[in-house]
Amino acid sequence: MADASRAIRPRPKSPSVQLGGAIWRWHVTMAASILHRLAGMGLYVGALIFMLWALSLASGAGAYGRFTQIIGSPPGKVVLFALTLGVFYHVSNGVRHLFWDAGVGFQPKTASTTAWLVIAIAIVATLAFWSVLFMEGAL
Amino acid sequence: MALIRTPLGRARGMGASKHGVGHFVAQRVTAIALVLLVVWALAASLQMAHGDFDSAARWLASPVNAALAALLAFAAFWHMQLGMRTIIEDYIARTATKTVLLVGNVFICWLGGALTILAILKVALTSVAIST
Repeated sequence: MADASRAIRPRPKSPSVQLGGAIWRWHVTMAASILHRLAGMGLYVGALIFMLWALSLASGAGAYGRFTQIIGSPPGKVVLFALTLGVFYHVSNGVRHLFWDAGVGFQPKTASTTAWLVIAIAIVATLAFWSVLFMEGAL
Repeated sequence: MALIRTPLGRARGMGASKHGVGHFVAQRVTAIALVLLVVWALAASLQMAHGDFDSAARWLASPVNAALAALLAFAAFWHMQLGMRTIIEDYIARTATKTVLLVGNVFICWLGGALTILAILKVALTSVAIST
């Protein structure tokens, strides 16, 4: 008995570590959290593109022309589309996080509803943004 | 040896250990600023998307646009340094790898922020000649 009480028991693990995360059931709040980090990492690249925009503008018309040519190419547009989706999602879900910081919206039902809401806002706002670009003739 | 150390002693250097409040507050304050600045930048980019070099340089020559663009860069690079730091600390367990990534993250964000703000200021302060 004395031996058993002195033995160091394995420390409790986070549920996300147990069974390789298999005990978590998929839920929209979980997806919203993962998407927030993914979008944040994507926007890291987006900030560096913002940097290249400013640097090319500071370097003159030739450099700016090359910059707009690259981001205006089909692969460039795909990247920009993904970044607009990421920015609309990260900002909307960021506001959701700020409400949480104020202690608002923690009810499981509310959290699920707002998770779907920010996903919907991101998609709708991205499509609206690119529709305006299309109608402007900028594409 | 490890058993002699207090829980706080073991936690030191392994995470926030009572130094996380500054990170938490800065993350939120930059987030609030970025909500406003990003909405402004998206609206501006809709207007600039079909413009050429001259129109972009003239746009950035406005003190209001230059100031807001510089603040956007400042808040964004600060915010993303904090966010990426959290991701590295959460997922990278090996101390050497984690340290290299954390230092690299700080360098990238400070360099990126400095280059962006300097470029914005250069355009803002020299484009008087371009626009005339």
